[in-house]
Amino acid sequence: MPGKLLWKLDPEAVDALAARLARGVALHSATNGKTTTAAMAAHVLGKRERLAWNRAGANLLSGIASALLTADGATMGLFEVDEAALPEAITRTRPSVVSVGNLFRDQLDRYGELELVAERWREAVRALPGETSLVLNADDPVVADLGEGRASVLRYGIDDRRHAHQSLQHAADSKYCLRCGAPYVYAAAYVGHLGDYRCDACGHARPSLDVTAREIELAGLRSSRFLLHTPAGEIPVELALPGLYNVYNATAAASLCLALGAAPAEIAAGLAGFHAAFGRFERIPVGSKTIVMLLVKNPAGANEVLRTLETGVPNTLVIALNDAIADGQDVSWIWDVDFEPLLPRARQVVASGDRAAELGLRLLYGGLPPDRLEVVADLESALDRGLALTEAGDSLVVLPTYTAMLALRGILTSRGIVEHYWEGAP
Amino acid sequence: MRIRVAHLYPDYLNIYADRGNIAVLGRRAALHGHELAVESVGLGDGVRPGVHDLFYVGGGQDREQALIAPDLVLKSASIAEAIDGGAALLAVCGGYQLLGRGYRGRDGSVMPGAGIFPLETSAGSGRMIGDVLLECELEPGDRRTLAGFENHAGRTRLDPGAVPLGRVLHGFGNDGETGFEGCRVGRALGTYLHGPLLPRNPWLADWLLAQALAHATGGPPPALEEIPDDLAREAHRVAAGRARARGGRR
Repeated sequence: MPGKLLWKLDPEAVDALAARLARGVALHSATNGKTTTAAMAAHVLGKRERLAWNRAGANLLSGIASALLTADGATMGLFEVDEAALPEAITRTRPSVVSVGNLFRDQLDRYGELELVAERWREAVRALPGETSLVLNADDPVVADLGEGRASVLRYGIDDRRHAHQSLQHAADSKYCLRCGAPYVYAAAYVGHLGDYRCDACGHARPSLDVTAREIELAGLRSSRFLLHTPAGEIPVELALPGLYNVYNATAAASLCLALGAAPAEIAAGLAGFHAAFGRFERIPVGSKTIVMLLVKNPAGANEVLRTLETGVPNTLVIALNDAIADGQDVSWIWDVDFEPLLPRARQVVASGDRAAELGLRLLYGGLPPDRLEVVADLESALDRGLALTEAGDSLVVLPTYTAMLALRGILTSRGIVEHYWEGAP
Repeated sequence: MRIRVAHLYPDYLNIYADRGNIAVLGRRAALHGHELAVESVGLGDGVRPGVHDLFYVGGGQDREQALIAPDLVLKSASIAEAIDGGAALLAVCGGYQLLGRGYRGRDGSVMPGAGIFPLETSAGSGRMIGDVLLECELEPGDRRTLAGFENHAGRTRLDPGAVPLGRVLHGFGNDGETGFEGCRVGRALGTYLHGPLLPRNPWLADWLLAQALAHATGGPPPALEEIPDDLAREAHRVAAGRARARGGRR
């Protein structure tokens, strides 16, 4: 890993390498959807630029160093950045565009409280020159607030009440007005606390949108389509990815590309040809059955994954909970995930991973009948058990945390089912 | 029997999966043949001493805790009266701190607490994060362990003579120095341990239910029947192993 070495020996080399990119650097950070959003933007921009891009999801400064080192002749830098690393990434790469997607509770043992991350982001944005463009998710109060008083901001969001929740989900985070502390009232809540919010006490509300996703059609676990209204015209988007959270990812990617000067037709073509980023959503054929693997790592992300499953047929599931540093050592987040609507429909659930028993308790207390739960800590045995429980022609849904996903993929690779793919630590 | 629970500020104090603790209490109450009636008590709601058999206060982030702290102070006399009257209470993490006398921030500012527990908390440098294993003796001669996870910047100092919830076997505990964790006043328990605490420590859930039943009936805490807890035992075993291997490290 030469980037790690370079980062250790000479951190300022990152500054020099980034400064050589003739068309500048764009950064994207968020709790959820970093890898997918950056990959979507790369799919659009890669047709016109030679990109230095940390495609493997290595989103600390060392990962950016690696991407810069290996991208010979690159014209533009496109980097996903870990939430905590954003301030330093900004200092070192001097980006022309900074994009921020969302802030959810995530691995509190690693990142600390939301307010800590938010304050870091605010400081980083304050240090940006006035000409730097921001691309912000206006549906997230904390993210939208980063654009206050800045000259160049592109704000995006969703306007389609048919897909809104009736009320905020349990794991909703930024529920209280940033200005006065009163609870926000939501005209529409789409994903966690993302939506059309307003404070009745002081009037603080979602700012007006520059880029708006409307007329959203979700086709279960398969795909989605929607219409983007932008200052450059309408963009019809066809996505081979499920769920409202990927509508947010694609809207973020499209907005980022617009800020970098891409045309609507390029964006539509790039997004239509996009397939899922590594491990985030994969269909893996195994004989007559299909493994559908979706990464889960925090309450907001897991809730959206489960929401896409609710529209499908009752499933056999393998859920795998590990507690390494990259997964979060604190596993309490599984109690903030809304498993409850899924459990009555699940035919059989195999709880697996290093904290399988903990996960099993969560599912039982959530209402899963004991005879439909199997606890198999070993990942390979759990995968085989899940496949055995799946009928020919059916799908086995596998929901792993990060290191469990890497391990399961490793098992499938050693069996010759999927190709080897290296990914750095997140 | 109907066990009446007051869940304080559930919309604000819920950061470490506090609903897991409530779910465990509800389910186990039902398995023991009782009914748990959980009432959410929020900003501006009054607390009538004697009405509730069990109080629950979860953990929040600094911002949310600051939003409810003034309201909690207004409720403190009623909560103290309820506890004096034999109601049970579990306060976790931020809720535990808020039920002490106050929290002194790094900048010297003081957020007043409810004064239920004889302790004070001040912000330290660096958070104490990791798995924890405690040894408790809530009933004389009956030693049990609690496995949980802690994540706090506050250093909590018990007053001289105050009773801790337990002794730290692995992890940081109240302040990382004294070897004590949590605090106990009668049937009221405060602790930094989340995870959530009760699913993998079902004996504590049953202890709280028995105390709440004692309050409801006016008699002594009943002996609750054993419930088969193989999965909880396994979860406890793994979590205890984590505390041994990696608890209390910075």
